[in-house]
Amino acid sequence: MAWKDDWRRVRAIARKDLTTELRAKAGFNGVASLAVTILILLGLALGPDGEALRNAAVGAVWLATLFSGVLAFNRSFQVELESGALEPLLLYPGPRWTIFAGKLLGNLVFVSLMVAVVMIVGIVLYGITIPDRWPTLLGVTALGVVGLVVLGTFYASMASRSRAREVLLPLLLFPMLVPVLLAATTASKALLGADLMHESGAWIRLLIGYDIVFLIATFIAFEHVIEA
Amino acid sequence: MAIEAEGLGKRFGIRWVLRGVTLNVRKGEAVALRGSNGSGKSTVLRILGTLLQPNAGAANVNGRDVVGQASSVRLDVGYLAHTPGLYDDLTARENLEFAADMLGLSHSVVQPTLGRVGLGGVTETRVRGFSAGMQRRLALARLMMRTPKVLLLDEPYSNLDESGIALVNEVIRDVMTSGGAALLALHELAPAKGIIDRTLNLADGRISTNDTALLETV
Repeated sequence: MAWKDDWRRVRAIARKDLTTELRAKAGFNGVASLAVTILILLGLALGPDGEALRNAAVGAVWLATLFSGVLAFNRSFQVELESGALEPLLLYPGPRWTIFAGKLLGNLVFVSLMVAVVMIVGIVLYGITIPDRWPTLLGVTALGVVGLVVLGTFYASMASRSRAREVLLPLLLFPMLVPVLLAATTASKALLGADLMHESGAWIRLLIGYDIVFLIATFIAFEHVIEA
Repeated sequence: MAIEAEGLGKRFGIRWVLRGVTLNVRKGEAVALRGSNGSGKSTVLRILGTLLQPNAGAANVNGRDVVGQASSVRLDVGYLAHTPGLYDDLTARENLEFAADMLGLSHSVVQPTLGRVGLGGVTETRVRGFSAGMQRRLALARLMMRTPKVLLLDEPYSNLDESGIALVNEVIRDVMTSGGAALLALHELAPAKGIIDRTLNLADGRISTNDTALLETV
């Protein structure tokens, strides 16, 4: 059955990417270390004021995730380019979208693990109190991660053919992620507080819409990008 | 006809690498494509393998257009690039298991194939620790996991010792006996002695000679 073969390809690519990243010295440890370093530096820049730290905590966590995520996205295609593995990958029979889906799944697991580390460190460093509505907060985080990973993986595939990919990826990606960053931070802040104005709901709906639109758009566009 | 190309042109920037390549390879035939460095041999193979799209002309592999029916062409083609295209941080076994997953094959083909290319003793070694010749053998093993109908081999003998060269020739023979065809980009004809039926010379972006007499001097 075709869908079983496609799903096997998706899993194989995700498993291969995760195994490679976890074994590579510059893989997970490097990316997670960068995220933690960003959190510490931002904390130092904000000073010892506990209230200021708590107010900035959500933004700091998302910025750390964003910057270290770019490294992860770049690496996911760099692995293919390092030893000319992209060509064999493109030569396997089967639809191109399975390559994107595999990369997406691998990056989703990778960034989720990284976000877990960043959140734990953020809670400790910035003195965040876990709210009663923590499942909703986790949901917002998951939606933000999906938006980040979908666009990050897509633009990494686009930038991978360029020699200036390390510079090109953030230039392409960051402006596109403004709505995700804004919605995720505002909804999270509201959920960490009392959310008296019930503003989190609108931002969550925006996140869901954004994720759906870009998930569909990137799957359609990937074949054209990778063939170029 | 296994491979048909008519007036293939390919431009990189403002430089035309191919300026109207016309060639045919019949089923059951192995053809060497020769030419100096930068003559466009690899570009021809990459177009036929659906990795590049031509700027002019057309090409068919087993009667299927390499641009319009690229996914069908990929089912028939076995392509060995100049670089091995392996994952350094995966073991030899993991590299082939990945290929098996992508090709829809059972993992049970992996161990026998590794044994066949002489890598049965290093299945759990990461590719990073392999010599260039071992990496070439592993890339060849990936090709041997199935029998493609058309082989496109870019400098297949590079970095290989005598037994490795014999392996490449064995793969080509397997494909030929099953009615397939092979097009090889080569610098040296000697390793392909007894395998190649015909040579084509590529110069100035065109096929300059179509020669069988050359083979008698090898």
